[in-house]
Amino acid sequence: MAADRLTVVGRSVPRLDARDKVTGAARYVSDLVLPGMAHAKLWRSPVAHARIIRVETERAAAAPGVLAVLTVADLPVKRLYYGPAYRDQPILAHEVIRYAGEPVVAVVADNEAHAEAALALVDVRYDELPAATSAEEALAPGAPLIHPKLDRAGHFRDLSGLRPVPGTNICQHFAYERGDLARAFGEADLVLEEVYRYPALSHHALEPHSAVARVDVDGITVWAGTQHPFPVRKDLAEIFDLPLAAVQVVVPLVGGAFGGKCYTKIEPLAAALAAKVRKPVRLALSLEESARTITRHAVTVRLRTAVGRDGTLLARDCQVVLDTGAYADIGPRVATKTGYRAPGPYRIPCLRIDSKCVYTNNVPAGAYRGYGVPQATWAYESQMDVIAERLGIDPLALRRKNLLKRGEEYVAGDTPMDGDMAEGLEQTARAVGWTAPIARGRGRGLACAMKDGGGTHTVSTAVVRINADGSVVLLAGSVEVGQGTRTALAQIVAETLGVPFETVVVAPPDTSITPYDHGTSASRSTTVMGLAVEAAARDAREQLLGLAAKLLDTDASTLAIADGSMTHGDRTLTVAEVISGHYGLVGGEVTGVGSFVPGTWSGTLGGATVFWETGMGAAEIEVDPETGEVKVVKYVSAADVGQAINPRECAAQDEGAAMQAIGPALFESRVSERGQLLNPGLIDYRVPAFTDLPGELGSLLIENADGPGPFGAKGVGEGGTFCAAPAIGNALARAAGVRLTELPMTPERVWRALRAARRVGNP
Amino acid sequence: MREIPMTVVVNGDKHELSVPPHETLIECLRDRLGLLGVKKSCDVQVCGACTVLLDDRPVSACTVLAFEARGKSLRTIEGLARGDELHPVQEAFVEHGALQCGFCTPGMIMATVALLGENPRPTADEVKHYMRGNICRCTGYKRILEAILDASRRMSGGGKGNGGAKGTDGG
Repeated sequence: MAADRLTVVGRSVPRLDARDKVTGAARYVSDLVLPGMAHAKLWRSPVAHARIIRVETERAAAAPGVLAVLTVADLPVKRLYYGPAYRDQPILAHEVIRYAGEPVVAVVADNEAHAEAALALVDVRYDELPAATSAEEALAPGAPLIHPKLDRAGHFRDLSGLRPVPGTNICQHFAYERGDLARAFGEADLVLEEVYRYPALSHHALEPHSAVARVDVDGITVWAGTQHPFPVRKDLAEIFDLPLAAVQVVVPLVGGAFGGKCYTKIEPLAAALAAKVRKPVRLALSLEESARTITRHAVTVRLRTAVGRDGTLLARDCQVVLDTGAYADIGPRVATKTGYRAPGPYRIPCLRIDSKCVYTNNVPAGAYRGYGVPQATWAYESQMDVIAERLGIDPLALRRKNLLKRGEEYVAGDTPMDGDMAEGLEQTARAVGWTAPIARGRGRGLACAMKDGGGTHTVSTAVVRINADGSVVLLAGSVEVGQGTRTALAQIVAETLGVPFETVVVAPPDTSITPYDHGTSASRSTTVMGLAVEAAARDAREQLLGLAAKLLDTDASTLAIADGSMTHGDRTLTVAEVISGHYGLVGGEVTGVGSFVPGTWSGTLGGATVFWETGMGAAEIEVDPETGEVKVVKYVSAADVGQAINPRECAAQDEGAAMQAIGPALFESRVSERGQLLNPGLIDYRVPAFTDLPGELGSLLIENADGPGPFGAKGVGEGGTFCAAPAIGNALARAAGVRLTELPMTPERVWRALRAARRVGNP
Repeated sequence: MREIPMTVVVNGDKHELSVPPHETLIECLRDRLGLLGVKKSCDVQVCGACTVLLDDRPVSACTVLAFEARGKSLRTIEGLARGDELHPVQEAFVEHGALQCGFCTPGMIMATVALLGENPRPTADEVKHYMRGNICRCTGYKRILEAILDASRRMSGGGKGNGGAKGTDGG
């Protein structure tokens, strides 16, 4: 459909949830109150690795208001371990404690204060074990083996081929090779090698992880702030040995997620506690506890690249190591994807990739917006500028020369490039004034990156219900984490059906009512769920037109729905009139069903990756030579969205992502010592604040309607996180002649680098 | 523990309460009065999600004791709109798309109301500095800044909305 014929898609309609969110009426899991609800608090391990000897709970159990004090042995479950890749994580620590902060004992009481007070009366005796608190330590010979045995979860097709290395702490080893690497390195005019480090990060979504569980004769109901209601349902069904139908996961609005609420987290514990005390139980973590639940992987990338004199990339060797913490969570997939994406969006004939996911005695690491791309990009986009500098080539020209063109394959058999990155980068560079004169102490830098978007082999289904009054309900499992998915999906429904946007309501995900969806991750909802929603709306439209054709005594093919009405000759029927005309005046509805099933779908692009999510970024920075402080004067991010369903919300996603990524570029990181997290909360852990907003922050949307999603859409939301760190690092190098290889680029690190450079310059 | 009797006006309604001395204002507002628009996040007065106005001054309800509001007037996000009519700051947040997950939004809006009460026509830099105590993880602040500057124009330049021309919160 041509963009100029669209009436709802492509418009920046107000978000469906905006009014509730500005009036305080919006409700999140942490706001849920059930009659008779009890509250749980957790006793967490103070040590990183230990064998539990004994747990004394009697004194805590006798404390005021306490209903139960539970160790792992007391949980009424059929299976203790869960996890999306390996079943390696116990609901509460079982025999062994594997990280500082791991929950060991749960206290359930009539209110939070009583539960909290009783925690002090819990006595846990343990023997400390040697701990490996970095990937380096965990890979060293003689390192403590954190999981001697691994049990594959078998939940996801792409994880069936996991390759752990027995007898080590490596829980996934991804390797890929093509071309004659030795020869390419031997013949290259320039070979560069560097190690780049990206720190562990806390998600710090403002709403901490929360779940409320109720167990009754019908089964389990859990209200949870999760990005993956259906995989959580599956875990709960296995843990309690119940059919899927007896487990209901309901997701109201979620107060931010960024990957930290992917897959199962605290839901099994909340359900087990509710089953034990026979009351609804609320388990609402603090923000500091959320930081002890999941993190972003600290990643080390050793990058060796062979280049021709003209700047042509000849070969690249990527050695990637991820610290996945004490439990794998989805780390093995993050490791595979980080490795897969580590060479960058370039044409490189010879490649060797080796990516290792390593268990340590740190807080588990899992999904985080960008899924390894920001870590990989920090390495390869920093190195691209070093190449440009060494060869005396403009960084933009060097990238243009090597970037994959539309239709070129990244890896044989995968979806060819579906966009024009060089053009996007050119636009981004223009927007930051790439060639304009620049003041002393300032510099501009560029970066670009891509990730396979949409998720790997993921299914979505949707139902569109047209009610007798013409109003429409969309049942779709995509979770509203703030990205505006309800609004975008409602726009797709309204556009496809030909009804006013205001008539569409999107119900919150409820696994007992909403049809199956894999989850809200990988920038997949607009594209993958969007296709299911579009198919459901088409199905409903065709049924409606069939009914209208009978009433209007014509052929359905002559009819169309516009603004909620169907016209034939001088007769016009509204949607409501068609439904009541067909069913009589008693009611009735039209129900459309749609799905997206990979493999059976044949888009014009075909292949494995649904689409390539690309991100381009350009920064202008100012560095203070006295303090080493780097200030971002201007930042421009660009996203190829195919067709923006809601342009304002697309740009808002991209800007928000870019701003989030400025954090680890300049000041944000988790600081740990021997496995002890020293900055769990927002006092010590610095996230971007209002005052960090660059003087100018812009987002360019590239729209060529060339995506596989509805109306040519591609996913957005992660791409903005890819480029900020290397763009700022490259700008710093051009401004001050110093290059950092470890993030964040704090004033102290920059100052030290400046001082070292001055020493070299003036011996 | 001896409870403290107190009278407090919340969003224009007078409440006679009896609170334990250690009860925080956020507990009082959320658990006692059911004002769930007051959001609990960092617990340490850094994020601003629980910002409410105590006699028109912004405070973090997580680190103020309930009895400190004795004899005072409180305003939360629930008390901002007049029926269906949104406050100009709320309107500006909707129109500029200055929210995503919405968890910081009530605190962000209350801090804005306080800012515009003190300084009806702030510059962009003044907004950034005043709002530094309100963290948003989603939007990147740009649209919030635009919404605040627009609300300021509307409230002091006779724009639409119920905030009046004096740059106060209309309360």
